[in-house]
Amino acid sequence: MHQSVLAYGRSRYLWAALAVCATAIGAYVLDSPGVPRNGGTWLGYTLGTLGAVLILWLMSFGIRKRAYASQAGTVQGWLSAHIYLGVSLLVVVTLHTGFQVGWNIHTLAYVLLWIVVASGVFGVLVYLRYPRLLSSNRGSQTKDQLLSDLADLDARCLRVTAGMPPEFGEALLANRDRTLLGGTAFALLAGQDRSQILLPVVGGATVLYQALPNPDQSALLDWLGQRLAASSDGGVSRQLQELLGLVGARRTLLGRLRRDAQLKAWLEVWLYVHVPLSFGLLAALIAHVLSVFIYW
Amino acid sequence: MTGTRYRIAIIGGGPGGLSAAAHAARLGISHVLLEGSPAHANTIQRYQKGKHVMAEPAALPLRSDLEFDAGTREAILGAWEQGLARQQINVRYGAEVTGIQGATPEFSITLRDGTAVSAEQVILAIGVQGNPRRIGVPGEDLPVVQYTLDDPDEYRDETIVVIGAGDAAIENALALARQNRVLIVNRSDEFNRVKEGNLKLVMKAIEDQRLECAYKSSCTRIEPASDGRRHVLTLAGDQGESRIECDRIIARIGATPPRRFVERCGIAFPGPEPAALPVLSSRYESSVPGLYVIGALGGYPLIKQAMNQGYEAVEYALGHTIEPADEPLLAAKFQVLPFILGVDDTLALMQARIPVYSAINPLNFRELILGSRIAAPAAGEVIFLKNDYTNSFFTILAGTVEIEVGEERKSRLTLGPGQFFGEMSLLSGRRRSATTRAGAGCVLIEAPRREINRLISSVEGVRRVIDEHFIARAIQTSFAPEASYDDLKAIAASARLRRYKPDEVIFTEGDEADSLHLIRSGSVAVARDIGGRDVVTSYVAAGNYVGEMGLVSRTGRTATVRATVTTETVSLDAATFHQLLEKNPTLRDQVQATVRRRLAENTRMAGQPESGDLISFLMQQGLGEATDVLLIDETLCIGCDNCERACAETHAGTSRLDREAGPTFAHIHVPTSCRHCEDPHCMTDCPPDAIGRAPNGEVYIRDNCIGCGNCERNCPYGVIQMAAAAPEKPGLLNWLLFGAGPGPGQARHGSDQGDKGPKKAVKCDMCRDVGGGPACVRACPTGAAIRISPEKFVQLIHDTTR
Repeated sequence: MHQSVLAYGRSRYLWAALAVCATAIGAYVLDSPGVPRNGGTWLGYTLGTLGAVLILWLMSFGIRKRAYASQAGTVQGWLSAHIYLGVSLLVVVTLHTGFQVGWNIHTLAYVLLWIVVASGVFGVLVYLRYPRLLSSNRGSQTKDQLLSDLADLDARCLRVTAGMPPEFGEALLANRDRTLLGGTAFALLAGQDRSQILLPVVGGATVLYQALPNPDQSALLDWLGQRLAASSDGGVSRQLQELLGLVGARRTLLGRLRRDAQLKAWLEVWLYVHVPLSFGLLAALIAHVLSVFIYW
Repeated sequence: MTGTRYRIAIIGGGPGGLSAAAHAARLGISHVLLEGSPAHANTIQRYQKGKHVMAEPAALPLRSDLEFDAGTREAILGAWEQGLARQQINVRYGAEVTGIQGATPEFSITLRDGTAVSAEQVILAIGVQGNPRRIGVPGEDLPVVQYTLDDPDEYRDETIVVIGAGDAAIENALALARQNRVLIVNRSDEFNRVKEGNLKLVMKAIEDQRLECAYKSSCTRIEPASDGRRHVLTLAGDQGESRIECDRIIARIGATPPRRFVERCGIAFPGPEPAALPVLSSRYESSVPGLYVIGALGGYPLIKQAMNQGYEAVEYALGHTIEPADEPLLAAKFQVLPFILGVDDTLALMQARIPVYSAINPLNFRELILGSRIAAPAAGEVIFLKNDYTNSFFTILAGTVEIEVGEERKSRLTLGPGQFFGEMSLLSGRRRSATTRAGAGCVLIEAPRREINRLISSVEGVRRVIDEHFIARAIQTSFAPEASYDDLKAIAASARLRRYKPDEVIFTEGDEADSLHLIRSGSVAVARDIGGRDVVTSYVAAGNYVGEMGLVSRTGRTATVRATVTTETVSLDAATFHQLLEKNPTLRDQVQATVRRRLAENTRMAGQPESGDLISFLMQQGLGEATDVLLIDETLCIGCDNCERACAETHAGTSRLDREAGPTFAHIHVPTSCRHCEDPHCMTDCPPDAIGRAPNGEVYIRDNCIGCGNCERNCPYGVIQMAAAAPEKPGLLNWLLFGAGPGPGQARHGSDQGDKGPKKAVKCDMCRDVGGGPACVRACPTGAAIRISPEKFVQLIHDTTR
């Protein structure tokens, strides 16, 4: 049946990773090279080679993921191994450094490794937690269905305003057109609502419309509430109440859509760190290895 | 009307009729081709522009005076048009035939306009589409009324009335409503018998006031309006009469199947089933002497078959003897046989030897053999294994066949020449119930499921014999492995075949337990009343039985059992069942074990009512008839769509699954993807019989698909699409280093300009050509996508609601 990526194959790669770490730590403790422990000792080279091989293999996950016809295991198995062995890399490489750091290309590779692994761990946490939130938030609907519900609500709002004074039609039309979903990366990740609306400015003979921020439909709901409180025409009051109901539903729906986009953004954003920096790490690794051999 | 009497009149200007007329013209025979519509090949004219028409079966040579080869609709229609002119064919368009009286040499053919045509012989090639049903009110013939709609975008800003409440009417109304004012007239107070998707769309359009609907209304007359341009339609409804001024009336109230017309001509059918084919001789002659039936109406739906028959029918009508075009194909098939006989003699020998085939007319039998495989397996060779998903039907022409029956004992049942086997899977769509091996000198005829189903529905004798055997063997497999066939026959005689519609109750909790139901096809849901609420406690698939609990305990029914899909059961009455139990102590133990297991399951489910809801949900999605279904656990799915990409990449650029579409319940999502039904809806009407079933259950489409789209329409789950293969992608390095073409997982060039290549039906084939299992599941990074068979639903539900 369904199985989490961490539990894949009875967590066999967790045990593999623990074995790698235990062996590396054991060897490190038992090893007495006679010089301060560093990457240049026999054990240092061994751990360094192991680390480099692991990095290359971990990066080949990107190829396996896209080799759709490949019969080399399942992508889930590969990901499970990628996660556990990726974390074990921290232990292997830290021991390879012999805890010697400095302002050089070698430490740059080491720092990049930490950032890549940390972003990966963040990704795992997000993958474990957010799909459930996404599913609950969407209910049994798809994003397209939510969007079509939204279009539907907009059409119903405009049908109601067709029989009302013109400023209502203007406001609801502007509300539809100036509703923003998404926007900047920050707004997306923070779930911010930067929607606007045009509402009539009080006073004067000609009606002027002013753009106002309308997060969570609040400006529109306030305005409709004020108009309802001031209304003495029974017909208009009933229409206003209907509008309030529709706009309220619209607020809920927009909230769900925004939350959906937010969760999906978090599911993806870490990859923008993880993947480019892993290539940065690869470059630093090559520089590290070459420089070690050239300046030996 | 008196006039010339033609030697041959040909009715229907489709491929068969055209080919017949062309041959008659070339031979210089006096002839007339009567076509009801204003152009030739009416059905092909209605194909969408540029549609690629295939020329299956590829192995069959074309024998016609008209050209035909695979190509675009325009090329084929154009070639025929030229042929019509070149051969100087005497064709009368708009000549809708309403009746044929008489017999050779004096036929009188009456036309809709009241005139008559007389002929010595008649070739009927009207196909099976039928004529559109007319409104049946004064004014129905006015030009404002049309019965087809080719391009809805042709009309703009008109008031259009669509009459009808079926899928065609809804689809037309919705398309027209985009730029017209549309009223849909529905005789009933709701839209029933329409596809779920169409129902939703039409209800929404009505709610949004994009479309008006007149419920419980019917049209009483149509007359020109006072302005002389528009027309007035009078509707009678609940609130009396109303008059609607409109620019156009589109009637989509179905088509009259040609069956009644054909019967009125005096042509006999073997039985009342709608699928029955007219009785024909091996020369296409019907029960009316001199009246020949060819093409789809005679059971040959492919263009090339119909064209060959048109040619042959003219030859036969003239009293000539010619070798049918398929003769060499049959001769090649017969090479494995140990008989040195001609094709006709071999066919006669087969029919004489095999009783189940003896009642079939020679023409249908020839077609059956043409579609069948003839094999002479070596002794001991496996024909099929227990639990294979194949569903063909075998008859033994020579030698013997051994069937392994019984659970452990491996006792063997030997069948001899003339006997048949394989009917269990054929009828239930379930796995093979026993392993079968060839004996000495074995020669088999393996008939595909479609051909046999056609026979079952048209030849009463075949149906009866197969049903009797099915019941006896079903009882044998489930209850009496040791019993002899004669004993079984007595039990089978008291058994009843019953058929239930989806959601129909088979028995109700608390009723008297009077029978046991062995599920022959479909599946059932078992529900119990727990605290006043109907809770589904389990799902039982075909091949198992229900109702044993009440019988064993001799109490009333302990649960309510409903069919989840169309279901057939073999029911045994209580007395017979108790007799069986008394005779066979092992069986008693088995049944008691089943009762114990089900009681334990019931108790567990009663403690988890939410799991019952999940079963109900899965059954509502039609998974009761699934054999292998893709389910996504939404608590694991990150929405990366790697499954869809893997599917597209391994299947010519088109994903056969839509991850996001489809319903969700308790975080279990059922994406739009083939569930490989037990009794696949897509297989019902495939002209080239291109849909097959592999031993492990997958339903797949072969390359001889002609792209007609029937399977797409017949699939209730919307998992079949028509798509053209996308061009090959460049190699990985070429893409990576030189930016050539789309990279891995990216849409291929050309896949959006699908008109380029021929479109064929594509669907999930469980990656049968890829190896390693379904690519969608193997490509899922988080393990959210799994494919399971319904037997594992209980486990899934247990895991999910834990």
